[in-house]
Amino acid sequence: MNVKLRVWRQKNSETEGRFENYEAKNLNPNMSFLEMMDVVNEDLTDAGEEPIAFAHDCREGICGTCSCMIDGKPHGPEHGVATCQTYMRSFKDGDTITVEPFRATAFPIVKDLVTDRAAFDKIQQAGGFITVRTGAAPDANSIPIGKEIADLAMDAAACIGCGACVAACKNASAMLFVSAKAGQLNLLPQGQPEKDRRVLSMVAAMDEAGFGNCTNQYECSAACPKMISEEFISKLNRDFVGATVRNAVKAKAL
Amino acid sequence: MKLDSKIPSGPLEGKWEKHIMEGKLVNPANKRKYDIIIVGSGLAGSSAAATLGELGYKVKCFTFHDSPRRAHSIAAQGGINAAKNYQNDGDSVYRLFYDTIKGGDFRSREANVYRLAQVSANIIDQCAAQGVPFAREYGGLLANRSFGGAQVSRTFYARGQTGQQLLLGAYSALSRQVGLGTVELCANEEMLELVVVDGHAKGIITRNLNTGEISRHSAHAVVLGTGGYGNVFNLSTYARQSNVTAAWRAHRKGAAFANPCYTQIHPTCIPVSGDYQSKLTLMSESLRNDGRIWAPKKKGDKRPPSQIPEEERDYYLERKYPSFGNLAPRDISSRAAKEACDDGRGVGETGLGVYLDFSDAIKRLGADTIKERYGNLFDIYKEITDESAYEVPMRIYPAVHYTMGGLWVDYNLMSNLEGLFVMGEANFSDHGANRLGASALMQGLADGYFVLPYTIPHYLANLTASSAPSTDDQEFVKAEEAVKERTEKLLGNKGSKSVKSFHKRLGNIMWDHCGMARTKEKLEEAIKLIPELRKEFWADVRVPGEGKELNQSLESAGRVADFLELGELMCRDALAREESCGGHFREEHQYEDGEAKRDDENFAHVAAWEYKGEDQEPVRHTEELVYESVKFATRSYK
Repeated sequence: MNVKLRVWRQKNSETEGRFENYEAKNLNPNMSFLEMMDVVNEDLTDAGEEPIAFAHDCREGICGTCSCMIDGKPHGPEHGVATCQTYMRSFKDGDTITVEPFRATAFPIVKDLVTDRAAFDKIQQAGGFITVRTGAAPDANSIPIGKEIADLAMDAAACIGCGACVAACKNASAMLFVSAKAGQLNLLPQGQPEKDRRVLSMVAAMDEAGFGNCTNQYECSAACPKMISEEFISKLNRDFVGATVRNAVKAKAL
Repeated sequence: MKLDSKIPSGPLEGKWEKHIMEGKLVNPANKRKYDIIIVGSGLAGSSAAATLGELGYKVKCFTFHDSPRRAHSIAAQGGINAAKNYQNDGDSVYRLFYDTIKGGDFRSREANVYRLAQVSANIIDQCAAQGVPFAREYGGLLANRSFGGAQVSRTFYARGQTGQQLLLGAYSALSRQVGLGTVELCANEEMLELVVVDGHAKGIITRNLNTGEISRHSAHAVVLGTGGYGNVFNLSTYARQSNVTAAWRAHRKGAAFANPCYTQIHPTCIPVSGDYQSKLTLMSESLRNDGRIWAPKKKGDKRPPSQIPEEERDYYLERKYPSFGNLAPRDISSRAAKEACDDGRGVGETGLGVYLDFSDAIKRLGADTIKERYGNLFDIYKEITDESAYEVPMRIYPAVHYTMGGLWVDYNLMSNLEGLFVMGEANFSDHGANRLGASALMQGLADGYFVLPYTIPHYLANLTASSAPSTDDQEFVKAEEAVKERTEKLLGNKGSKSVKSFHKRLGNIMWDHCGMARTKEKLEEAIKLIPELRKEFWADVRVPGEGKELNQSLESAGRVADFLELGELMCRDALAREESCGGHFREEHQYEDGEAKRDDENFAHVAAWEYKGEDQEPVRHTEELVYESVKFATRSYK
């Protein structure tokens, strides 16, 4: 099969970008989308041109590195997969495919399709953890956790930190990402002591990083390669309100 | 070169505790005076950085990824072993230790493996406290499953994403320290040179992958947790960016490289489907509980599997290993698949594949049960191949997925180069010639959380100099110049062939000559072919773009250049090891029935190679493996 590509090329964060057209020929429908990009890049290299920079690593949908906006959808047309798990058989011979980076103020473009998602790390550093010193942990079975709760926490923990939720959102909100991490830890008994502090810190860091507000349209959840439920956003909102009230009361009491 | 393993004396059970008691400590107020560089942010790197930062040292953690969470530990599926004996099935520290030694075909260091088994239980406690959502029973306690090479259920897991969850746990601990300011996170920074001052590792030179800026970093100790080198084969289950560069640069500066020929090839991966392929995907070993592996009896049989009658199928594992059948160990199953394909009986477009057939199991148990057991794996298979394994047999083929070899370290995880510590898959110490499933995660976290934090103070406390050397030191200047020169050489080469084309060719040589079955003849041939390819690379590689910005071709060129050197060393090591053990199978050394023939009299040692300069023959040193507690035994699976 053959396809035409419109690819966003941008030298660095300071320069303006533009779409360039390329042709990818003699493709095997069983190729992954990124393998198709590899072929285009080999052709560009052979022709003495600079290949297209795109982020990728594990190529099995778990590291969260790959991040292409394909025909306006984060990670492309299929549901519940990352860019690296998108295959050429999802397209038709002769299609024109538009490829862009994930766009958000908080994710500045580094080059071509590569963005800087360090803002997610900053949110994590603000409160995405349970404080426990190495070596200070009690026996693992001394904290029983019902299977239903453990499974729900795992659903949230499946987040790969790719940023598709942000790219899909018209406000570039990071609520699904934040709610997944906070949700996982807030559900577990180990996470209770720091629950309020965690929620307030993570939300503050999210705001500071320049992500937009959530207006509850859940494009994020629809685009999520791990299909993380928008219900975690509701939970985060509940936890946030509770934390804010408790925090305010405590402040007055002091 | 001196290889002193520094194994403490005394009974096996008490060695670690004794060692901790005898080691020097650093007073809490002095800890902040010591700078420690950690390269890598996988299980080992993140856990070590978090723990050392928390203890009060000044830590810098480097990763070439944009975030520590991208490290390839994230992709481990199955689980993590620990001697908890929660199942009351007779597990113990000693049993985990023995299974690991035996699984490694008696080529690992006894004291290290015993320590690994001892701290394994602490890892589970630590991770559970961090909020890692391990699988649970309805009563709320932790669930376990069984894995290869063991008769007890000691594997803890989080769905099929155990590596992800453990790494995110370590990453959260690391993030907390970064937030507190005890660890400085240096993302997008790739280590391209080790700096050695007066025989001690004192720093690194890095290149910022986004800006191309090259910078010097000094410290009192350098710790590598930079993973394995399986991408020397080009196609593997590794992430595309996984590489040997940090370890190889250290090797070139004097750190011995141990047992480079020990590579693990996993039998059940989705086969290569075409020349464009970038990556191989693992299908969990657990599938072999219900799937039957076969190849057509007739050569070049191109009929669809459903049209090949029962009597024309060769269930070769069941035929050759009747007592273990389809659950024969990884190394043996892999070689048997290769034999069938080499014999012209492979299936699929490329002829490099065999069938893993569930039709009998579906008949016996029903499709629903199979779906319940393996549904997610069948989904992944469908996603990649567009075939339903409920209707047609899976096609599988072996693929490279772990390297047991790595930089040589002593009991303290310090290499022969003073001040250079190596953890996780990057070192050689715990898995011998073959790693058991669910043991890689255990080792990475053991090293980072519970071993290095106890051993590194002893080195630091013995340092006479109170401050880290200045980055203006001559050795830093020289190392930085070397990096710049190499970068400019690659960019200025203006040759005619892409980096990828060289990587592919190297991978083909390695797979054909130093893969699942090795011979003297083929290895000798590879030792001629690889230097030729290396020469061609430096003469004719084309690296487009500039050095002062993100340049993925340049990154890849530097890594492939190092693989081109490592590949030759692997072949030399495989050639020198005149025996078969674990993942290293020399066709000359097998029993009549095709089983691996170990030579304990002459090869019960670690081979550690010393770098002697470009295009110079490296020198092989040995460390005898002394077994005080276990006795050598032969593995048989008939």
